[in-house]
Amino acid sequence: MSVSIIYAILVTSAATFLSRFLGAISSEGIKETSKLFKWFNCLAYATLAALIARTIIFPVGVLVETSYIDRSLVVIFSLIIFFAFKKNYVYPTVLSAVFLSILSVLF
Amino acid sequence: MINKYFFFKGFKSILSYDSPAIALGCCFIAIGALLKDLGFNIQESVFSTMLTYALPGSLVMAESLLIGSSLLNIFLAVWFVNARLYPMAVSLFPLMMHKNQPKWKYYFSCHFIAVSAWLIMKSNYEKIEKEHRIDFWIGIGSATWSVAVLGTILGFYFSGYLNKEMMIGLAVVNPIYFMCMMVGASKTLEITLSVVLGVTLGPIFYFFSPEWSILLGGVIGGTIAYFISELNVS
Repeated sequence: MSVSIIYAILVTSAATFLSRFLGAISSEGIKETSKLFKWFNCLAYATLAALIARTIIFPVGVLVETSYIDRSLVVIFSLIIFFAFKKNYVYPTVLSAVFLSILSVLF
Repeated sequence: MINKYFFFKGFKSILSYDSPAIALGCCFIAIGALLKDLGFNIQESVFSTMLTYALPGSLVMAESLLIGSSLLNIFLAVWFVNARLYPMAVSLFPLMMHKNQPKWKYYFSCHFIAVSAWLIMKSNYEKIEKEHRIDFWIGIGSATWSVAVLGTILGFYFSGYLNKEMMIGLAVVNPIYFMCMMVGASKTLEITLSVVLGVTLGPIFYFFSPEWSILLGGVIGGTIAYFISELNVS
């Protein structure tokens, strides 16, 4: 088991580094004012947004044990807190954990 | 070598009032606890975070190990999940490229590409002269990477004290933090459209292909957003 874990870590880190390294090499010829750069910027933001949405709507790990309604309530609650506290990132983040923990105990 | 002033300026960015350290730390506490449950020892858990430093990739590796996947399957699954790092790198490194800086800094520091560090850099790069942005970036990356490693160690040793509800609370912190950062970053038409289309299309594509949904949602949503913003400009 221990040997396979080490191989799994190495394979995982290689697969992760590959995308990062290819990105660093590809960006050498791209100017920050070019249309190509602007397009990649849109791709990056859209991909991250898709990842976040998927994590909340189709989660993996322990979040699977919570309901859609609970997760939706936490998202709405966090956005309200975010705007109420002048776009502070820490309050909604910390309170979301407390709120979802309470919801998972109650329901 | 690395300019210490800009390195520490970047490193200290995690001490700001809206620091990602809390969210990042909570997530890696959950990862540390998860890896311990899977049978990792402390060295393997720490090395996993140090070498991978990407949350979705670590989760995929953990799930793959649970179901006994082959190394090739793990490689492909992690590569698909972490393919988002490619456009993230391409949309960040041109902002830091400078002829006076050696190439090794860029190749070395690409390991720090992760959502938290990327969003901090995107919000702050204009305040730093272009020549020194790479040192500032290495500072940000080192700080967030250190928080991730520390979180993993804490999660590993305190996993016995974390019940299911606490693990659920820790797991939601990361997506909520990133969601708020994305909403906060949506200041231009192209970024706002990219975020809205990514959020909409990603889950829709999940029904057709769970493995490709993030990439498809990102590429198609981002491309539509780019063309709409170009049309708007012209």
